[in-house]
Amino acid sequence: MSTTEVKKAPKEGLFSKKNRKLITDPLNDSNPVTVQVLGICSALAVTVQVKNAFVMAASVTAVTILGNVLMSLMRNIVPNRIRIIVQLVVVAALVIIVDQTLKAFVYDVSKQLSVFVGLIITNCIIMGRIEAFALGNKPWPSVLDGLGNGLGYGIVLMTLGVVRELFGSGKLWGAQVLPESWIYSVNNPDGWYVLNNFIILPPMALMLVGLYIWIQRARNTKLIES
Amino acid sequence: MNKDSNAYTIIFAFVMCVVVGTALVLVAQLLKPFQDANILNDKKQNILAALQIKTDLKGAEAKFNEHVKEAIILNAKGEAIDPATLGGDPIKAALDINALTEFKDKKPEERKYPLFVCEKESKTYFVMPVGGLGLWAGIWGYVSVEADMNTVAGASFDHKSETPGLGAEITTDFFEGQFPGKKLNDETGNFVSIRVVKPGTPQTEHTVDGISGGTFTSKGVDEMLTRCLSVYSVYFKSMSNSVTATN
Repeated sequence: MSTTEVKKAPKEGLFSKKNRKLITDPLNDSNPVTVQVLGICSALAVTVQVKNAFVMAASVTAVTILGNVLMSLMRNIVPNRIRIIVQLVVVAALVIIVDQTLKAFVYDVSKQLSVFVGLIITNCIIMGRIEAFALGNKPWPSVLDGLGNGLGYGIVLMTLGVVRELFGSGKLWGAQVLPESWIYSVNNPDGWYVLNNFIILPPMALMLVGLYIWIQRARNTKLIES
Repeated sequence: MNKDSNAYTIIFAFVMCVVVGTALVLVAQLLKPFQDANILNDKKQNILAALQIKTDLKGAEAKFNEHVKEAIILNAKGEAIDPATLGGDPIKAALDINALTEFKDKKPEERKYPLFVCEKESKTYFVMPVGGLGLWAGIWGYVSVEADMNTVAGASFDHKSETPGLGAEITTDFFEGQFPGKKLNDETGNFVSIRVVKPGTPQTEHTVDGISGGTFTSKGVDEMLTRCLSVYSVYFKSMSNSVTATN
């Protein structure tokens, strides 16, 4: 076999193994919330109800993807000294656009989430991914990285949302799941389940995140520190 | 050009601000008509909800035109303002009044109180907007009474940023559903209002249960109802007096 022949590097496929890893890694091995410990604040605030958690996760994913793409396209012309401000302006503009669009086309949802949508700006995942990934990579991998991290954030939010809404309010996505007759109240003293009011408060959400991290680390050997 | 020079940095920052600013202005202007329509329809939807008429955002306008017959605007003393001074359609003028900004931005004696006269199944109802403060920001709502100007027919509430799952529960059927059948006045005809009390307190026809964990929001609803409804009660009293007088 001739060794002089220089093989042309094959063009990397859109979903090559490396690119697929950009999506799957943040779901577990480098999850933004439980491993990178980013975006904890909003994970505690918006997970009282599954619906809020879902729309928040979708909005964050959209902003992460768009922010990553824009910054990746601009990565060669952004002056290094003001790059953080530039990221901030881009992310803030995207969040305003998302907020305004929700208000114009899905008014009901935006009414429920108005404060939280504004808070996407403060979500560390977005700035963190731009700074750590988009500024050094091409647009397509940046899209995948944004998508992966958005989904990784979404998984944690949805898990917390399901647990908190189910045990805190007996509902899922606003629909009664635990029958009213099971739930103890003044009017229904025969109910055997007392709604856990503690679980809908933010401190309990932090404990649930802790439990999530514990279970994740126990199952995923890569995360066990020596 | 040197990417690290001061000139490049300043020019870059300037261009970026202009581009982003222009983009945001364009988006805001393009979406504004949609947003304004949503806000108006949302208001109509809430007024209808106080009449126990369920509708979605799109159907709100037609139903509103069908049920709302007339609007009267009261001053802070509970006297009707001459419709001729309102300029144009009183219903539109009444819709333009925002109970929350009246409360937040105006002195008590300058506030205006719109009253919607509605008809459902050929019965007359009055819908009263109310506005006040919850825990984090404004809360507002609509309370409807039957033709006797005393029995509550329904109520709907909304909020800007109360805590989901806690204070925000004032918008749920559980809370709003307690209002129908409650009375504004006691047996002698004196105004009592509807009080929001601690959950579990024995109920009278003047009280509803507050939200567990949403104490401040519940207190805000209580304060808002008493303050706003007292103005309407003055008008109702003068109306029922004039009815007895003409009889």
